[in-house]
Amino acid sequence: MTQDSGQKIAHAEGQAVPVSLIVPSHPRYLYVIRRTLHPLVCDAGFSRKDARRIILGVDEACANIIKHAYGGDPKGTIIMSVMDDAERFSVRLKDFGKKVDRTKIAPRALDDIRPGGLGTHFMQAAFDSITYDTEQGEGTVLTLEKKKQQVTQ
Amino acid sequence: MKVEIATEKIGVGWMLVLKGDVDMNTSPDVRNGLGEVFKQAGSKALVINLSGVRYMDSSGIATLVEAMQNCMKQGMKLRLVELSPSVRDVFELARLSSIFEIFPTVNDATAGL
Repeated sequence: MTQDSGQKIAHAEGQAVPVSLIVPSHPRYLYVIRRTLHPLVCDAGFSRKDARRIILGVDEACANIIKHAYGGDPKGTIIMSVMDDAERFSVRLKDFGKKVDRTKIAPRALDDIRPGGLGTHFMQAAFDSITYDTEQGEGTVLTLEKKKQQVTQ
Repeated sequence: MKVEIATEKIGVGWMLVLKGDVDMNTSPDVRNGLGEVFKQAGSKALVINLSGVRYMDSSGIATLVEAMQNCMKQGMKLRLVELSPSVRDVFELARLSSIFEIFPTVNDATAGL
């Protein structure tokens, strides 16, 4: 496996493998998540603008996990797994906190100018698909996917 | 990752200079810095210099929207300066580019204050 010279992360058979990071549910680690994601998104071939939005979308998803799944408790765990294959770039976020209530997830109207409520909008702007799985034991698995055919240089 | 916050007196108001990422971790510090400025009596303008900010998330945007609301309550002008492409993109995503007064340089922002 190598990341040198912008090569795709792949094992000997040439298939993509996930890159994983485990961080505590403290906001100070959002920076670590962003810095980890940056080279992976760039290697995936996305434009700078798309890369920035993907990183923002993942940051917002992790912030939501900290706020809502863990209620601000910094002793929880977030596991991020990034997969970059020929067709899509996907980020899987696993937490062990309170399960997501999908009925309460909705971005606010953008013409309603007030603090807050933009995180979900930023996630939707970055990714083609956002799925919440609450059937995998404790917590929630959030999967964010962006298709490769929409890569613009 | 911390955010550095400096304040400078300018004309009839204050300039807040931010350096670093403004995210869920650091936006409370920015909010505190803004709170100190809002305590200054008689201030007519607040300029926030974002030239040193390379990343901002929704919590940073929320902090600036709060600042805008506080400025409106206190009859102060709020001006933002030198947004990086990354920060400008977040403003565009939130459709806030036309809501805030945004200037390319400090000189432009402080003109007439």
